[in-house]
Amino acid sequence: MTNQDIRKILVEELHRIAPDIVLDEIDPDGDLHDEFEIDSMDFLTLVTALAKRFALEMPEADYPKMQSFNALADYLQDRKT
Amino acid sequence: MQDYDSICENFSWAEARKLIDGFPDGGLNIAHEAIERHLLAGHGDQIALRWIAKSGDCTDFSYQQMSELSNRFANVLHAHGLEKGARVYSLLGRVPDLYIAALGTLKAGCVFCPLFSAFGPEPIHSRMEIGGANALITTGRLYKHKIIALRDRLPELHTVLLIDDDMEGAERLLPLMEKASDRFEVARTDAEDTALLHFTSGTTGKPKGVVHVHEAVVAHHMTGRIALDLKPGDTYWCTADPGWVTGTSYGIIAPLTNRVTMIVDEAEFDVARWYDILAKERVNVWYTAPTAIRMLMKAGRDAIADHEFPALRFMASVGEPLNPEAVIWGNDVFGKPFHDNWWQTETGGIMIANFASVTVKPGSMGKPLPGIAAGIVEVGEGGAKELTKPMAIGELALRPGWPSMMRGYLHEEARYRKCFSGGWYLSGDLAMRDDDGYFWFVGRSDDLIKSSGHLIGPFEVESTLMEHDAVAEVAVIGVPDETAGERVKAYVALKPGFEASDALQLELLGHARKKLGPAVAPKEIVFRTNLPKTRSGKIMRRLLKARELGLPEGDISTLESDER
Repeated sequence: MTNQDIRKILVEELHRIAPDIVLDEIDPDGDLHDEFEIDSMDFLTLVTALAKRFALEMPEADYPKMQSFNALADYLQDRKT
Repeated sequence: MQDYDSICENFSWAEARKLIDGFPDGGLNIAHEAIERHLLAGHGDQIALRWIAKSGDCTDFSYQQMSELSNRFANVLHAHGLEKGARVYSLLGRVPDLYIAALGTLKAGCVFCPLFSAFGPEPIHSRMEIGGANALITTGRLYKHKIIALRDRLPELHTVLLIDDDMEGAERLLPLMEKASDRFEVARTDAEDTALLHFTSGTTGKPKGVVHVHEAVVAHHMTGRIALDLKPGDTYWCTADPGWVTGTSYGIIAPLTNRVTMIVDEAEFDVARWYDILAKERVNVWYTAPTAIRMLMKAGRDAIADHEFPALRFMASVGEPLNPEAVIWGNDVFGKPFHDNWWQTETGGIMIANFASVTVKPGSMGKPLPGIAAGIVEVGEGGAKELTKPMAIGELALRPGWPSMMRGYLHEEARYRKCFSGGWYLSGDLAMRDDDGYFWFVGRSDDLIKSSGHLIGPFEVESTLMEHDAVAEVAVIGVPDETAGERVKAYVALKPGFEASDALQLELLGHARKKLGPAVAPKEIVFRTNLPKTRSGKIMRRLLKARELGLPEGDISTLESDER
């Protein structure tokens, strides 16, 4: 799976949770909670959805590696390859 | 606390008042009790606030520094013509400026109203409009995203201070602070002068502005000592955001009046980070919420393995009933139970609690605080009557008269009066009292939703969804959620010409989130052809909820048209 594929899926799943956010307006290195205006509950929903889509375990201990859009994309990339 | 019964017997609010200074003429100011009196007693060098930034960097503020910074802020307010009684709002994350602004506002004799930064523009607007906000302190980002578009609809808002930016219609705070004097004489407020304005949701209509006065500090101080076991010099971590009442009463006022060192973490919940903070900062007293405790439980024992907490003495929880498993889990992993307690925005401070010195009954909210008379009542035609039979279910009620009791709902006398009957304040919560005098939460007596410890009014969410072109009718309820307690769910019936689809569902979700923010917007939206209604056309949320929970539908004699 290419980095682009991963990002496409990530965008889709984020859109399901925060459809009000325009991707062009966000800072991909900014704090995910701030940029997408998601709370802890939304974040858990997102992680659960991504874990399912990518057939991955995404343990709580890894959450600090998922704190921005880019960090999360890189994390998924690392785990899938 | 030593013996619960003897303390209750010997307790009086007049004696509790002696634990704080007050002014010689009988006046009282919360900020004086929180900061200045500790300086006078020679404790200026003690750390008042240790702020942990998202990056993990720590910044310490001594009581002396908090005094000087809040003096500067009070001077900035006066320089902007904000005098006694003016309403100063904050819309900030957990950053030092929020705490400085709160104290400076109170020093200036103004009214402080903290807003939760995850609110969207609509909840912000209604709260600023009802309170008649005169000034706002926020960030450039929040100002741009949430306030600019509202400015025309907030005629009384004349001052906007930004902690990190400079924009048209707003001023950067830092240069103003630097220019201002660090000396200020605390306003000689009267005990009954308004100090704080907190908003709480109603079942119908707009949110209610709950008015608290400076005298509330007597209860904040005393309950901090008794219910949270705060002792001078303790390190204390209240995880609540000051945008909610817990984060102000027990995240600013009670800890400071009790001269503890407060830990404030800017970041959102994170398992590893939280365990690190508890251990590394040697937290003595920890006040948190069931949602967070359940998330820690879910992360399992591995997450805690490398940590030890020898300094941790007392753990408390508030926001919604703490399930017995969580109390027991506390015992297993920390060697001590979580102490659940109960109170509301209206009560200003903790009313019922599990105390350090009293055996915890897992699942119970505990016993009334000294000076608080609580009962279970039934409200009939003749007014509220107490139910004295153990485990009788009724409305949890309190005898009014404690210092932090709300003094009113702003501009809503009728709604305020409705809270009282037969000499009781009616909480709206259903509960039971057992043989030993412990109280047990049963549920809400109304349609309010409790999600992650926050009270959400269905009406506010419904009104926003109704603004969308496609929506004909809508009902919003809370459905059970493993982690958050309840989660907001909306049932939507569409206008003719609109088809239910995945795209429309996302559009509605986006609409709601944009206007309400993630803390209030529904997490789930479902479509229906028709919603259950009474003959008078009122949507029966109760029925939707019973069906969602698989409970008996109860009295449906008023049901005219049913859910399809």
